[in-house]
Formats: sequence, structure tokens, C-alpha cells
Amino acid sequence: MPEPTALKLTAKDFKSDQEVRWCPGCGDYAILAAVQGFMPELGIPRENIVFISGIGCSSRFPYYMNTYGMHSIHGRAPAIATGLSTTRPDLSIWVVTGDGDALSIGGNHLIHALRRNVNLKILLFNNRIYGLTKGQYSPTSEIGKITKSTPVGSADAPFNPLSLALGAEATFVARTIDSDRKHLQSVLRAAAEHQGSAFVEIYQNCNIFNDGAFDQLKEPATRDDYLIRLEHRQPITFGTDGQFCVVHPPGGFGLEVRETATTPTDQIVVHDATVTDPAYAFALTRLPGPDLRNTPIGVLRSVNRPAYDTVVQEQVATAKARTDQTLEQQLARLLANGDTWTII
Amino acid sequence: MTKQIRQLDRVVIRFAGDSGDGMQLTGDRFTSETAQLGNDISTLPNFPAEIRAPAGTLPGVSSFQVHFADYDILTPGDAPNVLVAMNPAALKANLVDLPRGADVIVNTDEFTKRNLAKVGYQVSPLDDGSLDGYVVHPVALTSMTVGALAGLEVSKKDAERAKNMFALGLLSWMYSRPYESTLRFLERKFAARPELVAANVAAFRAGWNFGETTEDFSVRYEVKPAKMVAGTYRNITGNQALSLGLVAAGVRSGLPVFLGAYPITPASDILHELSKHKRFGVVTMQAEDEIAAVGAALGASYGGSLGVTTTSGPGVALKSETISLAVALELPLVVVDVQRAGPSTGMPTKTEQADLNMALFGRHGEAPVAVIAPKSPADCFHAALEAARIALTYRTPVILLSDNYVANGSEPWLLPDIDSLPDLRVQFATAPNGEDGTTFLPYLRDPATLARPWAVPGTPGLEHRIGGLEKADKTGDISYDPANHDLMVRTRAARIDTIPVPDIEVEDPDGDARVLVLGWGSTYGPIGAACRTLRQRGLAIAQAHLRHLAPMPANLGDVLRAYDRVVIPEMNLGQLAHVIRARYLIDAIGYNQVRGLPFTAAELETTLEEVVKNA
Ligand SMILES: Cc1ncc(C[n+]2csc(CCOP(=O)(O)OP(=O)(O)O)c2C)c(N)n1
Ligand code: SF4
Ligand SMILES: [Mg+2]
Repeated sequence: MPEPTALKLTAKDFKSDQEVRWCPGCGDYAILAAVQGFMPELGIPRENIVFISGIGCSSRFPYYMNTYGMHSIHGRAPAIATGLSTTRPDLSIWVVTGDGDALSIGGNHLIHALRRNVNLKILLFNNRIYGLTKGQYSPTSEIGKITKSTPVGSADAPFNPLSLALGAEATFVARTIDSDRKHLQSVLRAAAEHQGSAFVEIYQNCNIFNDGAFDQLKEPATRDDYLIRLEHRQPITFGTDGQFCVVHPPGGFGLEVRETATTPTDQIVVHDATVTDPAYAFALTRLPGPDLRNTPIGVLRSVNRPAYDTVVQEQVATAKARTDQTLEQQLARLLANGDTWTII
Repeated sequence: MTKQIRQLDRVVIRFAGDSGDGMQLTGDRFTSETAQLGNDISTLPNFPAEIRAPAGTLPGVSSFQVHFADYDILTPGDAPNVLVAMNPAALKANLVDLPRGADVIVNTDEFTKRNLAKVGYQVSPLDDGSLDGYVVHPVALTSMTVGALAGLEVSKKDAERAKNMFALGLLSWMYSRPYESTLRFLERKFAARPELVAANVAAFRAGWNFGETTEDFSVRYEVKPAKMVAGTYRNITGNQALSLGLVAAGVRSGLPVFLGAYPITPASDILHELSKHKRFGVVTMQAEDEIAAVGAALGASYGGSLGVTTTSGPGVALKSETISLAVALELPLVVVDVQRAGPSTGMPTKTEQADLNMALFGRHGEAPVAVIAPKSPADCFHAALEAARIALTYRTPVILLSDNYVANGSEPWLLPDIDSLPDLRVQFATAPNGEDGTTFLPYLRDPATLARPWAVPGTPGLEHRIGGLEKADKTGDISYDPANHDLMVRTRAARIDTIPVPDIEVEDPDGDARVLVLGWGSTYGPIGAACRTLRQRGLAIAQAHLRHLAPMPANLGDVLRAYDRVVIPEMNLGQLAHVIRARYLIDAIGYNQVRGLPFTAAELETTLEEVVKNA
């Protein structure tokens, strides 16, 4: 067997020989470049990294990564990755999915992967639209969205992916943006370090079917006033001059945004991603309004809970340690278990 | 009182009672005692779908039939010689199957006005002469059990519950069964509650002694051991055998077995059984749904495990898209379908063979897979190994079509020698296979098997991407080339068609039969029993049984064409017959029943006799 590949890798080493076929200007390019740029940092040999995706524009991702990869079927990537992770805890497994893939057809697998805390890094490219099927509304499209399939506006309320993940007992929940490479990579880093499921929502622009969906968060004129950049153990203030802050008003259930100038410093919430009660992170996910004002990005939640594959493999190891017989001897005993009789 | 002893060559006993009466356990114990004695056995449980149907009602009746003989038998028997009826419901539900002259042992304590009314008896059938054609043995089973336990420290309820052991003791006496294994079993089962061991043992002995002393039972029977191949045996159900076959496949391949499953009757017992065998490296996952179960199994196969998923028809329907993905990815996958009566929820605890079309054709696109079916409970062990062998060697999904009848039925199983089991070791790809010595071609095939290399993640230098999009031959790159798609579709078909499977064998002892009866799966027993009787009566008939349904044995066409008439009995509306007609242009005659019950040998005998006489 050839030697494990050298670990002095660069972004180029993670580029496959396949021609990338997203629409020019698609946010997926930026994400791909950011991921390829980040991979060498992992310090994991290429052969031990696997990308598994479902179906959608975003799900073409594995073809472009020079690692092991599987482009599977619509919505099922978390399930397939769960089987791989459970039997191969030695691998670094990344799931790439879209808002339709993860939250519509594959919603069941996503929530169960999160509740099990399978050791997967799940990257949800949220463009709030069905890209590959040419522009129908998605489960993250805003209510009233006019698309090919909803000519007078969609009638159903969207999911908030991060709220959903928290409700599904996710141990790691983060959000980032395609165009902010540095931030994206910092979130990837935190996700990679997390043991168990890491759920990362990446706001991604589909310049063909939903162009500008996240412009407020990207335009220099608005972004600083709209984005809440969460930093672990830092007071949550934001805005061009830090003029806004987040507080937990007494008697209320959630968090609210206030003017920093009129808020006593000790009332400003200090961000702590390790808070056990998911209600805190949930409250963060509820801050943004329909216009995307007050959108938190960064790691909202990062808590420890044993990963599914670890527990499963420990059960196997414990069972194996109970005997020093060979597998064949054990099998012979197993077959002859219970009442037997012999005919001569 | 000395009792007359009469020899019998075979007996069919049915234990029937309320779900809470412990009839399955009673039947199991009687079977085990019978096995110890060396009779050939075949059993069939029949339980309600409801977990706790109201006590004393017809839907709540649970029964267990055991057929044992001094020769080799093929079925659990068409009709019982003896019915043990623990209450009026059990009598009413089972009387239709009882031939005149059969023995009926009834628990008279339960024949109260109220219980009779529950099942619509105005007058007790014990009093109105309606059982005149039977040999009725009224026994106050409950009160005699309670009486026998009088000196023991058990509650009235526990004492009453031991009545099934009284019945077992009586039947064990009647048929001269060795009972040591039952006493040992009771000690194990109630190890934590010694007072229950004492109670159940006392009830058993009381039943035995009652047989010995009462005048109502004047005859005792013996059934001599059957001549069976030398070796060690155990009694086993199809689901158990299938589970052990999968464990054995793991040992013989050296690969971890991964089972992804979602609970469904009648397949759940495989999940339960396999979850106990972690020390063999078997990992079981109860998935969130059927789709996840097969997806996880496929993911495990991708990583170098033997991926397995077990389910019943509704589950296979949900798994269909993922099975097609496995066809495209060309990875090993074993899909077990323990068939039950459909469509939809149908009759979940009843048997049927109506998923054959789905197994052969139920996928989108041209998505051929291998399909095999076990013919009896013990055969499930070997069928599981065969499914694994094909999946691993040819890197393909294999559908294994069991059914409720073989899954829950049991028969003696000659324990195999581990070394005699097939060697299932596989060769993972370890080095680039391209001509330049550095590229890896994930779809470059082994010319002998047409299998592509199995390059598992973690192997340096072989990083590659696979997916559901059509792949270019050899490189596996995405391809929309028309000629390439045509080639890949045909190659995937050829991959399955050229899997070598053993020739089908024909049983035609005198070689002069003009009629062939062709079956598949669990109908083997009743068809075989019917053919035997016909031959004993001087009629010539040939029997052939398909284990491999895709691909079919190479000699099948020649075999079929050698007979004037081909009859295909199936528990569906003619699914195999359709395929045979289409593929071999043979005017096969279907004999079809979908009653949720296995064929009886007698009805097949009548049908086949007609065909033979008119051939
Ligand atoms: C079973 C199945 N149903 C439907 C489709 C069609 N389909 C492909 S991608 C897609 C939606 C993709 O949307 P999203 O997940 O948001 O990905 P994006 O293209 O936006 O990245 C749909 C409906 C499919 N491939 N498979
Ligand atoms: S349709 Fe949208 S999401 Fe898909 S590639 Fe084009 S821009 Fe990207
Ligand atoms: Mg989308």
C-alpha cells in the first residue's frame, strides 16, 4: 500500500481535475475556494477526508474536491454519512447540502443526525431557493416569495435552519457567509475541532434565481449595522460604532437589541457558546427580522456530548474484549447456542 | 392403571389460547422436547397483529402448530391431529382446520357463560353435540393447576398462569416426550424468582401425572426418531437462521457487518438478534426511517463494511431510490425483504410472496439487482451467506426475499462446520490501476466478474468521487455521452446476468414425469410434500425450485422445455409465472392463492393431480 500522503498540502492539492460548472458569479465558488484553502490546516491526509452530498447545485461540491467523495441522492447525504461515520470513525466526514436538500426532502435525516450527534461536519448552503431545478421557492424562502411555482407568492412560512438545528439537539451550530472568506474559514475551523455533529449554515448567493438575497449583510453601507459578529466570551455589541447591543430583558423569554449608549454595560449579554441550555442559542437565532437586520454570525453553540460513532464503537470494543476466543470459535459456539441434539 | 402404547409415524399438534396464555412458549418447549427425541420437526406460529387484543376474543387467539415425525417432513402439517384449546375463542378460531376424529383438549374452566358469549356461543359447544365428530377431552386445566400449587407460595394469578405448563405436561406425557430440557429451561427463565420455578415445575408434573392417572386418556403415543443425517442439530426459525447467516458472512469475509433497520413486522427479529452480536463486530443502527436505514447501510459499504438492511415490503418501497443509487455506485448491499401480505399495511403477520415484481423490477431506470429466496427456515442461513457472497464479489445490491412463513416457522438445522462455509474474503483496491501507474480508474472492471474496484476511503492515492450521475466508463467522471450511457446501462445489466449461479436441479425420481412443478421461496415444503404423496400414489411429477430469481439458472429454459406442462404455484397472482412466460415463452400454468396462509400440501396435491391426469 502506498504511504499516507504528505501533510504539507496547499489549497491546490484539494482541487480535483473536474471542471467546475456552477453559473459564473455563483456564491458556491467562493465557498469552494474557502474550503479548499482551509483543508490543509486540518492536518489530515487527503485520503482520510470524505465529502458526501445530496442533490442540488451545492451538492456538486464533492466532484471538485480531491478527496474521497460521494454525490448521493436528494436529501439522503446525512443518512449515508451516518453509516460511514459509524463504521469508520477514523475519517473526517463533511456533508454538503442545500436548503431544499437538507430541510425539505432530507429534513428527517438532518434532525436525526443532529440528535444522534454523529461525527459529521454539515455545511448547509442556504440560497433560499431551489437552484438546480431552476428557481422554485424553498423551505427557507421568505413568505410571499414570488417564484416560478408561486406566481402570486408562497403561502408557507420558512424554517429558521439554526432554530431547527437547536430544536434537534445539535451540539454545534454556526452561521457564516459565502463572501466573507476569513469568517467562513474561522467557522470551518471551529466546526472541524468539534466532536460530534457540527451544523454550519452558509448564506450563499444564487445570482441566477435569487440574486442579492443577502445583500444587506454584504454591502459595506449596511453590513456592519445588520450583522452581529459573535465572539466567544465577548459582550455582544455591533453596528458601525458598536452602537447596538444585545440584552436579556428581565421578565422576557428571549434576547433583544438595544442602543449601547443607553444600556448599562453589565446588562449587555456576554456571548458564551458553551451554555448548556439551548434556549440561549435559540434566542440568538430569533434576533434577525425579515429584513435580515440583527443577523448573528459565528458560532452560536458549541457544547460537548458523546458522539454517536464513539458510543457505538465503544459498545463493540467492550463486547469484543469479553472473550479471547477467535471469531471462528465464537461463531461455532453461537451457531450451537440453545438446545441442540446429536444424531450419530 | 397401565396404558396402552400406540406407535405413530407422524403427529400434528396445535396449541391455541389467548395471547396471554403463553401458547408460543408452550409450543416452543414441546418442539424442543421433540427435537431432543430425534423426530423431524416443522413448526408454525400464528399470532395476532394486536399486541394485547381483548382477552377471550377471536382476534386475541394465538396458536403454535408443531408437526413431528419419524421420517423427514417438509411442512408444519395441513391439519392438526390434536388441538389444545385454552378457551372458547381458541376452539372457535381453530375448529375449521380440524379434521373429524381429531383429539380436542379443552380447558373447561374457561367455558363460562361470559367467555362463551364473547365469541358468540349461545350454548357451550361442549354440551350441544356440535363436537360429536371429535374426540373431546374436557380438562379443568386452570383449577387443577391451582389445586396442584396449593401448598406453594404463589399468588392465585401466578398459579393460574402456570396452566400452560400443566397442558405441556399432559401433552408431553401423551406423546412420551423427554422433559428434562423443559425443567432446565424453567430454572433458567425464572432464575430470579425461585417460587415461579417451583410453581411451573409443579404444574408441569401435575399435567404429566394427570395423563398417567386419568381414565380419559387411555392411550399413550410414541413417534420414533427420524433417520436424519448424522451431526448436531438445533431447532431454528428463519429469522434466526438469517441473522446467524449474516454474522457468519461477517466472519467469513473478515468485514464488519453493518445493519441499518427500521422496525417492521415480520423483520424486526433480525434487528433484535443482530444487535446482540457486537462481539463479532456487528453494528446495528435503528434508523429514523427505511430510507435512512438503507442509506446508512450503503454508507457503511462505501467505507468497507458489509452493509445490510432488513425490512418488509413497505420498507423496500421506501428504499427503492437508494437501491438504484447502489446500482449506480456498484457497491455491495444486502437488502432483506421478509414479505408479508400487502398492499400497504395489508396483513402484517400473514405471509405472501407478492414482492417478487418489486424485487425484480421495482426501481427507476434500468436498475438490475440480484434476487434470491430461501426455501425453508434453516435455508435462510445459507441464503444469507449466498446473498453476501454475490454482493461482495459482484459489488451489487442483492435482494433476499424471505417471507413470514419461513421467517417464523422453524425446523431442525444441521449445524454446519465453520470451515465448510464459503470463503467470502474480498480484495480492496490498494494501488492505482491506470496504465500510467498513477491514475486510479474507479470504473475499470475486473473482466471476470465485471466488478469495479472497491477503493475505500483511507486508501492513499485512490481518492476519487462517485455519484448517482452517469459515469464515464473506466474513469467514472460525469458523462452525458449517449454512447457511454448505452454502454453503462448494458454493462450494469450484463453484470447481473453473468453472475454464475448453480443450475436448477429437478427432482423426478423415475425420470418419466411429463409435468413439472416450479416454485420459489417458501413454497418448497408444501410443493415437495404434495409431490411425494402423488408419487406414492403412482403418479409421476417433477419438482424444481428456484433459489436464484435474478439471474436465473442458465439451464432453466432447457429444463422447462423438457416437460409437457409447467405448473407454478405462488402466494401471489402469478408474478414468477409472468416472468417465465415472458422470458422462455412457456405456457406455464399458475396456481395462485393470497390468503395470507401457506399452501397446504393437500390442496396442492389435488391441483397437481388434475394437471398430471390431463397432461
Ligand atoms: C427524489 C428527487 N426529487 C427531486 C429532485 C429534483 N431536485 C434536484 S435538486 C432539487 C432542489 C435543490 O435545492 P437546494 O437543495 O436548495 O440546492 P441548490 O440547488 O439550491 O443548491 C430538486 C427538487 C431530485 N433530484 N430527486
Ligand atoms: S443556479 Fe444559482 S445556485 Fe445554482 S449554480 Fe447557478 S447561481 Fe449557483
Ligand atoms: Mg438552495
